[in-house]
Amino acid sequence: MFVREASEPELPPPLLTSGALAWMRAHLFSSPLNTITTLLLVALAVWLVPPLIAWATVDAVWSAPDGALCRAHQEGACWAFIWQKLGYLLYGSYPFEQRWRVDLTEGVGAVLIVWLLWPGAPRRDIGSGLFFVACPVAAYLLLAGAPMLGLSRVDTILWGGVFVSLVTALVGIVVSLPLGVLLALGRRSSLPFVRAASVVFIEVVRGVPFITVLFMANNMLPLFLPPGGESDRFIRPLVGIALFSAAYMAEEVRGGLQTLPRGQYEGAMALGLEYWRMMGLIVLPQALVLVIPGIVNNFIGLFKDTTLVSIVGVNDFLEALDHAMKDPAWAGPSIFATGYAFAALFYFVFCYAMSRYSAAMERRLAAGRRR
Amino acid sequence: MFPYHNGRACAPARGSPHSAAMGSLFTNARARGYVYQAVLAAALVALATLAWRNAVANMAARGIPMGFGFWDETAGFDVNQSLISYSALSSYGRAFWVGLLNTLLVGAISIALATPLGFVVGVARLSPNFILSRLALIYVELMRNTPLLLQLYFWYNAVLKALPGPKQSLSFSGVAFLNNRGLYLPRPEFADGAGLVLVALLAGIAAAVAFALYARRRQALTGQISPVALVATLLILAPPLAAYYGLGRPLDFSFAELKGFNLRGGLQLYPEFVALVFGLVTYTAGFIAEIVRAGVNAVSHGQTEAASALGLPRGRTLRLIIVPQAMRLIIPPLTSQWLNIVKNSSLAVFIGYPDLVLVFAGTVLNQTQAAMQVMAVTMGVYLAISLALSALLNAFNARFALKER
Repeated sequence: MFVREASEPELPPPLLTSGALAWMRAHLFSSPLNTITTLLLVALAVWLVPPLIAWATVDAVWSAPDGALCRAHQEGACWAFIWQKLGYLLYGSYPFEQRWRVDLTEGVGAVLIVWLLWPGAPRRDIGSGLFFVACPVAAYLLLAGAPMLGLSRVDTILWGGVFVSLVTALVGIVVSLPLGVLLALGRRSSLPFVRAASVVFIEVVRGVPFITVLFMANNMLPLFLPPGGESDRFIRPLVGIALFSAAYMAEEVRGGLQTLPRGQYEGAMALGLEYWRMMGLIVLPQALVLVIPGIVNNFIGLFKDTTLVSIVGVNDFLEALDHAMKDPAWAGPSIFATGYAFAALFYFVFCYAMSRYSAAMERRLAAGRRR
Repeated sequence: MFPYHNGRACAPARGSPHSAAMGSLFTNARARGYVYQAVLAAALVALATLAWRNAVANMAARGIPMGFGFWDETAGFDVNQSLISYSALSSYGRAFWVGLLNTLLVGAISIALATPLGFVVGVARLSPNFILSRLALIYVELMRNTPLLLQLYFWYNAVLKALPGPKQSLSFSGVAFLNNRGLYLPRPEFADGAGLVLVALLAGIAAAVAFALYARRRQALTGQISPVALVATLLILAPPLAAYYGLGRPLDFSFAELKGFNLRGGLQLYPEFVALVFGLVTYTAGFIAEIVRAGVNAVSHGQTEAASALGLPRGRTLRLIIVPQAMRLIIPPLTSQWLNIVKNSSLAVFIGYPDLVLVFAGTVLNQTQAAMQVMAVTMGVYLAISLALSALLNAFNARFALKER
């Protein structure tokens, strides 16, 4: 039988437990396979990243009157082209001296959106009233023009660029959110016909591609209107986008309605609230807050989908970019890559910021359930 | 507890049928419900009738045909890519099938490629290797936060159209070629007896499945593990190879070759097709990767720990414990991504690939002006595809959902 008489000598402490080296050992070189992967990826990065950075910075043409310099420096981006066309890319053909109207609308819209999305902002009810009712009316008067207010009319045929993309997305959200709430309530209604009508609308719209909805709005809407009635070329796609995203909104809201504990409904009924009071005062305020991340994610999809409206002749950002890139004065081998890189950056900044917001909101909402 | 108290006390308050005065119509919830529904139904019917009458008047005024008489008329336009024989002399109906088959082709190929790519990226996102997981993250964010249309334009205009001409084709070891006229792959040439090779392959697969089932039963009964992977590989590969050499190599590949100013032979995939498939695959893979990551992360860590406690090695833990549980969460959103691929393939219209929307809802609609009929058929087709896929998903869920007692 073995009995230990003296204590074992202490083992030396592990060489590395913290610091950059220990981290690298744990995350980059923990096994032979891991080491090989790391080395391969580093080689790939060395091979790819510096040329890309050089393309965007050192080799790029930053200022030039036309495409000649860019054609001479094909190995770099042609940022001069973007700089030259920026006005067109932002406003389309909106009259130069009237562009402050676009800026004003965008500024007010941005303030209202921040007001609505800022958690803990005061009086969000006023904010939402302004955003969903007052802002659309004011924006229409400001952008399309109202001669009696001293604003000259600007035909929608002149609208274009980033501003049209933003207007399209905002009209989509302003119309689709209330409509989506109604559809979601309809889908969960106890009235069979209301439920069936909502289900059919939601499922049909979600089952078809956005393009077909746009085609339908563009080609069939004029047929449904009384003979002689002309609808605006820009309004028709807006109707399509509003109906399309309402169906997706409805499914988000329905998710929120379903997660809300039954006790909330029962408590409201026990207090004697009738249907609309129960929904308006108890259920929707809680359910809508729950689905803010989903609504924002939906809005990201909607914003990306606005690029498709160019198929029915709306001059959105991507379409304006396409026109600009076909300008013979600038045509050259580096123009396409430059233009698409710029567009990708634009969409990425918007969508990534929104997705970060949505993820942060999700964490915030889940705080109560975290252990 | 109070059996006959049940409901009686409340009954008068609800308004009994005996006191059915005018007032009860407004206070009775059921009666009110009927009124609401009747009003909604009447409004919908009125709207539909109005729209229909306007449509008939408008179509008559513009000389737009009613009905599907145009279906058999000569189309008179050409389509450069078609799976079935088609010419300008074919009918509009034939054009519809050309478009539909092209849509299904792009959808099927993109689904088959996007799913494995998405799984690879999703697993890379979970890798302990910091660089790999960051790279996967960058890929996912880049794909998910830029519009698909922009990506398609990029691949088509900035990459494929900017490639060199046929004479300076990019060659992949002489097997495949890429230039501004498309991607050239080897074309399989079938001689007599090629069918038998296929039959042998199918028989091999069937035998492999049978062996796997047998091995599973044997393990359940005796605890002995059979080398399934090795035997299955042999069973799948050996019969077709034997048939191939035994029958004197009935299957051959023709490679593209430069003749004159163009590549001849091989299988030419047009740039529109390549850009569409490539764009759809890379875009959707970003979404699938997130689904895979979320599914794997949702499997409780206790499962992994329990598997290690049982002494299962890492590979088998993944295969037997994690993946089956994660799949249950992955499959439903995965099918909706497949559906998105089919729906997003309609973006073909922007880069000129002749899918259902471009050929039918585009050219046919413009030529015949029959907007109502064409849009109804087009949307009906997409709707049928999505209903079929969701029926498939429901069947899957019924089979694999957690059986709870």
